This record gives sequence, structure tokens and C-alpha cells, in this order.
Amino acid sequence: MKKLSTLLGASLLSFSCLVAAPIQAEETQVPSTVNWTIPFGVGGGTDVWARFIAPHLTKNLDGNPTVVIKNQPGGGSITGTNLFYKRAKDNGQDILGTSASTLFPFMLGDKRVRYNFDKWIPLMASPTGGVVYVQPNLGVSSAADINKLDGVTLPFGSQGPTRLELPVLIAFQMLGLDVKPVFGMKSRGAGRLAFERGEAKIDFQTSSAYLNSVVDLVKNDKAVPLFSLGVLNKEGKVVRDPAFPELPTFQEVYFQKFGKEPSGEAYDAYSKFLAAGFAFQKVIFIPADAPTDVIAAYRKGIHAMLKDPTFIKESAVQVGPYTNVEGIHAAQHLSEALNISPDLYKWVAQWLKTKFDYTL
Amino acid sequence: MIEFLSALDQILSIGHLTYLITGVLVGLVVGIIPGLGGIAGMSLLLPFLYGMEPSVGLGMLMGLVAVIPTGDTFTSVLMGIPGSSSSQATVMDGFPLAKKGQAARALSAAFLSSMIGGVVGAIVLSVFILVARPVVLAFSSAELFMLTLLGLSVVAALSGGNLYKGLAACGFGLLVGTIGGAPATGEFRFTLDIDYLYDGIPLVIVGLGIFALPEIVSLLVKDTAIASSKNTLGHGLGQGFKDVFANLPLVGKSSVFGSLIGAIPGLGGSVVDWMTYSFALNSSKDTSQFGKGEIRGVIAPESANNACASGSMIPTILFGVPGSGSAAVFLGGMLLLGIQPGVSMISTHLDLTYTIIWSLAMANILGAIFCICFTRPISLLTYIKFSILTPIILTLILFAAYQATRSLGDFILLGVVASLGIMMKGANWPRPAFLIGFVLSSGAENYFFQSIQFYGASWFTRPGVIIIAALIVIGFVLPPVLKKRKQAKLADASDAEKAVAPAEEKQTLSFADLAIVGIFAICGGYALFDVWDMAKLTKSFPIIAIAIVLFSVVMVIFKAVREKHQMVAAELTPNLVYIAGFFGIAYGYYLFGFICTTFVFSLVFLRLIAKASYLKSSTIAVCLVIFLVTLGRVMHVDYPEGMFDLYLLDAIRLIV
Repeated sequence: MKKLSTLLGASLLSFSCLVAAPIQAEETQVPSTVNWTIPFGVGGGTDVWARFIAPHLTKNLDGNPTVVIKNQPGGGSITGTNLFYKRAKDNGQDILGTSASTLFPFMLGDKRVRYNFDKWIPLMASPTGGVVYVQPNLGVSSAADINKLDGVTLPFGSQGPTRLELPVLIAFQMLGLDVKPVFGMKSRGAGRLAFERGEAKIDFQTSSAYLNSVVDLVKNDKAVPLFSLGVLNKEGKVVRDPAFPELPTFQEVYFQKFGKEPSGEAYDAYSKFLAAGFAFQKVIFIPADAPTDVIAAYRKGIHAMLKDPTFIKESAVQVGPYTNVEGIHAAQHLSEALNISPDLYKWVAQWLKTKFDYTL
Repeated sequence: MIEFLSALDQILSIGHLTYLITGVLVGLVVGIIPGLGGIAGMSLLLPFLYGMEPSVGLGMLMGLVAVIPTGDTFTSVLMGIPGSSSSQATVMDGFPLAKKGQAARALSAAFLSSMIGGVVGAIVLSVFILVARPVVLAFSSAELFMLTLLGLSVVAALSGGNLYKGLAACGFGLLVGTIGGAPATGEFRFTLDIDYLYDGIPLVIVGLGIFALPEIVSLLVKDTAIASSKNTLGHGLGQGFKDVFANLPLVGKSSVFGSLIGAIPGLGGSVVDWMTYSFALNSSKDTSQFGKGEIRGVIAPESANNACASGSMIPTILFGVPGSGSAAVFLGGMLLLGIQPGVSMISTHLDLTYTIIWSLAMANILGAIFCICFTRPISLLTYIKFSILTPIILTLILFAAYQATRSLGDFILLGVVASLGIMMKGANWPRPAFLIGFVLSSGAENYFFQSIQFYGASWFTRPGVIIIAALIVIGFVLPPVLKKRKQAKLADASDAEKAVAPAEEKQTLSFADLAIVGIFAICGGYALFDVWDMAKLTKSFPIIAIAIVLFSVVMVIFKAVREKHQMVAAELTPNLVYIAGFFGIAYGYYLFGFICTTFVFSLVFLRLIAKASYLKSSTIAVCLVIFLVTLGRVMHVDYPEGMFDLYLLDAIRLIV
């Protein structure tokens, strides 16, 4: 019994230390504890991105607040984002990190989406790129040989028609490639595994995954890169990806094959989803009703972080040599990307239905 | 070889060992508390992890991940609550052993086999990882599909004599598993427009509902201690060790099998325990004690699940594709430490890889030793009157269920699955068959379509496919059939000799049977109607599942009509009343706040229903609150806040 009471005493003591800690006065600054909702599980791409940024945020924000990452997985990020929309406090204490799979369902009018981007302000957006590559036994050594792929059926391991691969699938179609997507891959990594097994003949990975897992395959002649998706420059034009300057962009390859610039509804759809899925792949949002000076404090901190040499150096290793978009620019570009005209929506719905028998 | 030894040298350093032990302790706590997986443990370790020396950080993470399947045995054996998905099969015989007063025996046997399994897994890993790449790549979608069939074939052994009941349950599990997005098209099925169902049903809920709650309710109805019969084996620790040594071949087979299955990404660890369980069943001469407290039924899955955790490191390290849930956590940790999984792990970072493997072996040994130390005191819990434990166990179950998706849906679904579980338990339908069908459903569907799309009809001529098909027949389907025949022969012979009427095992029929048959048939019919107009790839697999359900249901009815059955009362009314009560209380937990309700419910229940003293009731209630609040703080676990929890937490802050 004595042991028990010692134990009880000890736990009471430790318990009181735990609950007593986080009480502090409220002020117009960024609160001392920031809850950063990540609507994905621990260890996923967005989670790793957030955990990489969190200490830098702490360092650069005034008052060095503790940034606590709250994972709320489910529904491919819809569940957690819905909850954030409903419950987030607008005193600057709650922020949200999203990914392409948060933006796409919104753009496609998914029934489960209860959130709306009007109520939030983007503080920062991290872009990424992507590379398409094929099996070496197809007789293709670069994008210059793309005509050799005409008439060849190319199985492609994909997560689903409305997932991150959506713009890539449109690009394949525009290039006249006979790509046969096999859906149900648990992740892009599982798709890469299917490629390594030789089941898939064509594959695509985002920049960091490509750098980490596919570059080795290319070196050992087990994969041939075709083209990159490119990145948007300040004027909103697609240029070569700084991570893969030697690879042509999709637009270049299209021009080479058809002798004209890509255009039309398919290309419009491609551009929209590319922007939402890649140029603004990871976004930090704050509720728009947060006090103006708190938002300003966040902006200042993020600006300082993006200029911080250690952040730039580590970020190049972690996510690739991309320039993060901040403040007004982020807001402007993002709202453009999310805004889909009814006609374009109809085209996408039609395309999903006829190509994949998928009903929006 | 140099890397191999230098890595050993490294992990034996004090710094490394300290962090490894930290990881092990967190892993044990996380394993013991049902519903918490590696993710909760990670959140506790993350603050330390960032910026850590990679080899030390990996050691700590490995400590965490490796011992989760060791610690989760406690609740599986003592309370019948599967601590995590990898110890569901342990419940089958571990809990009956506890009921016989042999909890310590079951636990010590489980921990020793966990340790051996983990170490065997580490050995397999250290040799296999150098050559594993081509082997893992040889498992294409076609072979993976065959492996899910291998998993499903276990149902034959687990059906306990009535194959059609087993098939029906399995088919129903397959059908329930198709709720949510169709893998081949992304279209949603059977969601009834309820947001909760879009993601499919969480495994934790099914495991808790089908096993844990029915057991608890039936214990409550009886209201005795868990260990209702006296233990005749002393304190049983030594007996458990003896059991393991007497069954070393089984331990070895299960461990190797477990680590190999774990190495294949996509199948996951949640069936390997059932497969080895049926392994034990098939290879035993006397199967009469299985499900009633057979120690071999504990040893096999426990050896396998730790080995499987080791095996699942192979695809994680080599391909960056996690082989299981906790491997996914480990992968996340690797990325946070700035280590990229891939071929470089055996070319340039071989030393790190061996650090992982040594840590794995070490963690398994340490984890088992820690657990064995606690076995005796903790197993005394089974001698306490059950109603005293009820609030604790119920809170644990609700807590575990809520961690699945953190919504009210978790509680509701838990009640629904538990009702089915109670009826299946009452009418003696094989619950594992349902669970296996459920677990393998998405894999079976996914890999089936993928293999057809990648290979057309030629997939079943692949050598791997043929080999696994042969394995299924030889290993799992044939033995029960042969055994049955042998028994039939024996029975015939003895009949002829003694001329005793074969009325010994009279089939029984009860209201619960009718209810289950009705539920299966109605759900199957509704599902068929719902899915009929959908795209071909969306509806094919559910229709197969429905066909299995309806066919088996018809056969069950047919058998019931043709053979003589004894009509018995189901005696499930009190159980179902408790379930109704459960719904009410669970809603209270959600509505009023989890922590408040825990306190009030425990106090009231213990004082008024369990007739405990005021001191005892309030101590338990306060301890539960302290436990929950601490867990919330330390591991960032969320509870339903309800109406009052925020005030309560504020009040606690003011007082202390």
C-alpha cells in the first residue's frame, strides 16, 4: 500500500507539472503555443514537410512559440480539413497545412468537402515538381525519341483518377501516349515498386521521391527520364525545373512532337490541376478572421524564415531547390488556381467519365 | 562483416542503449494500452528525435516499433482485448487460459515466444536484407493476390467443423471490407451517404467489437472474476517457459514464416497471426482444446507477430514502402532523421542498416524481459471480481475505439459490430473467419484487379502463383479435410464396436442463428441492390462476396432443415441489454466529455453496481482520470471534449 501511495504521489506530481505548464497571458502576438493541424498521418509527405518547417517557424516567429503538430488523418485529408474549418480558433493559435489531396476534392466538388478557402488566408506555399520516366527496354533514350512510344501500351500504377496523378494523366493523353492506368496503388511509392517490378512501363514521381529513389535507377539503366512537369516562374509561365535543368518540360516535348504550343480545354485543365497539385502543393493556412497584427506577425516570421540561409540550405535538401511563395502572391495565385469555370468543370467531369468510368 | 560488428559495438555504447531502452519503454506502454499504435509513441519521441544522431535515433525508434507486438499481449490475454491488430489471434486461446487461472503461464509463454520470434526475425533480416531486393520484386500483384488467398484459406481450419458457417462469416467480412472507395475506380460503395463510412471501417473497431466487447459482456452477466476456475499450475511462469521449450519447432516455423510474410509489402501483419494459429491447429494431434485454452494457440501467433515486425523492415528499408502500420511509423522517423530508405541502405549505409537490425534484436530481448518481470503482479488482476474492472476496461475500449477516427461514429460502429459479435459468440459462429475476411478484403480485391490489368488472363501461369497455390492446398486446405476423414473413420470404427448412437455432438439451433442468417441475407441482398448499377470494376468484387454469403447462408439453412437440430434458447437477452446500455454510456462519453464521464460512470458503477467501498470507487475513478489526462498531455491524445471536459481540465489546472 505504501508503494501504491508513493506511486500515486509521484504520478500526481508529474501530472500537476504537465497541466500547469501551458498557461500564459493572451496578447496580440502569435500565441505561445501554435497548433498546426496536419490532416494526414504521421510520417506521410505532408507530415514530414510540416515537421521540417515547424522548428524553423518557432525560431523565426516573434516570441518563439511552441509549434505542436496535430495529425488528423482520414478521407485523404478531407476529414481533418473539415474539422479545422468547423473548429479552428481565429486567434492565431490554429493553423492548417494542406496538400494537393486537400485542394483537388474541393476543385472537383467532392460531396464530403465542407471547407471553403474563402475563410482562410494562405501564409506560404511550397511548390514541388515531378518527373515522368519509362522502362529502358522500350528503345527510348530521351524525350527526343517519344514518337517511338506511339502504339505501345504503357501500364501505369496510379492511386486513382482524381488523385495527384490527375494532371499527369491529362498530359499523357495530350501527348498521344497509350497509357493504361492501373488504379488502387496505396501510394506513389507503391506505383514505383510496380515500375521496378517491371509491371508498370511508365511512372511518375514528385521531385523529392524522384531524387531519392529514381535517380539511382536511372544511373543503373533501370529507368529513362522523359520530361519534368516544370515549375511556374513569377510571371506564371512554365519553365524548366531547377532540380532537373537537363530535362525538357511537358510543354517542350509537346511542341517537339506536334510543332505547336499546347492549348485547348485539356491543357487548361492540366494547367489548373498542375498549379493546385504542384505549384502550391503544400500550403499553410490561417483563419482569415485572426487579428490583423497576428497575421502580420506570421507573415513577418515566415518572410524571415524564407530568407534564413540555414532554412534555404536545409530546404533544398529536404524538398528540392524551389522558391516558396509567400503572402499576397500565394493568395493571388492560389485563388486563380482554385477557380474552375463551369465549362472546364464539365470537361473534367466528362473526361473522367469517358476515360475511367468515374462519376464525379 | 565489419559493418555487422561495428554496428554491434555501437549499439552497446551507453548512450545508444539508453535511448534504445527509452524507445522500448515507450513501445511497451503504447503496446499495453489498446488502440494506441506506433503513431502515439512517435509523437512522444519526436521532440527528442529531431536533430538526433541518425544511428541513435533509429535505435530508439526501433526500440519503440519492435516491442509493440510484445506489450500488446497483456490486454489480449488478461482482458480479451486485442491490444493491436497483430495480437488478435492471441485472444483466441490466451483469454480462455486466463479464465482458467493460467494467465501467468500464457503471458510468460507469449513473451518468451515473442522474444524468440523477434530474434529469429532479426537473424532472418540480417541475412536476407542483402539478397532481398530481387525476392521482394518477384512478388508482383499476382503473387500478392495468391497470398491473400493463402490467408483466406485459413478459414477452413478455423471454422470449427461447420464450413458453411465459416464461409458465410468470411464472405460477410469480405463484404464489410468493401465499404468505402473501390480501389480500381475510386467510386464509393455502401456509404449510405454517411461521411464516416467513406474511409471504410477501421480494423480496430472490428477487432474490439467482434472479440473484446462480447467477452466483457458475457463476463459481466456472469459477474465472477476473469479467472473463474482455480489455477493448478502454481504461479505458472515456469510452466509457460516449459511450454515454449516443448514447442520449439512450432516457434521456429512460426517465426520464420512470420518474418517472410512481413517482408512482403502489401499483405501486412494483421493476418500472419491467424495463419500461424491455424498452422498450430493443423499440426496438433489433439485440437479439442483450441479456442478453450491451448497454449500452442498462444505460442504460434506470438512468435509470428514479432518476427513479422522484423520482416516488415525489409521493404521499408530497401524500397521505402512500409510493410505494416508500425513500419510506416518507422519510415516516417527515418525521413525525419534525414535518412532516405532505398538501395543506398545496403550499399553506402550498411552500418546504419545493421544498427537497425541489432537494435531490433536487442529491443525484442529487453522488451520480453521487462514484460516477464511484470507478468506475475499484473496477472493477479484476473482474480479480481470482474465488475470492479468493468469501468477500467470499458474506458480502455472506448478510448481505443475513439483513436480510430476520433468521431462519434467509432462508438456507434463499435456497438453495432459488438451486437453481431455477441450473436456470433452465442450461436457459435466462427468470429475469426469474419475478421479474416474483413482484413483481407481490400487486398484481395486490389491485387486481383491489378494482376488482371497488368497481366491479362496469363497471371495464373506465373510460377510464383502456382507455387503459392500448391502451398494453399498442401498447408491449409488438405490437413483439415484429411483430419476430418480420419476422425470419421475412427468414429465409424468405434461405432461398430460399441454401437453407441452418434448423438454425442448434437447440432444446436437458436434464435441467434436465425438472426445471423437473417442479417447476412438482408445485408447481402441490400448490397446487391445498391451496387448493381455501378461500374463493372466497382461492383465485381462485392458481388463475389455477396455470392459467397448468400450461397453459404442457403447451405446453412439447408443443413439446418435436413439434419436434426436441437432447438436451444439463445440466452442472449441479458447480453443484448448490456449492449443497449453500452450505446447509452458511449453516447454519454461523447456528449458530456470523455474524462468527466469516465469519472462519474466509474464512481457510480463501482459504488452501486459492483458494490465497492467509497474509498475504492473513488480511488479507481481518480486514477482513471489521472491516467487519461496524463496520456492526453504526454502523447497528444485527443478525447471527445463534450460539454464539460474543458471546464474540468481548467478546474484541474486551478487546483494543481
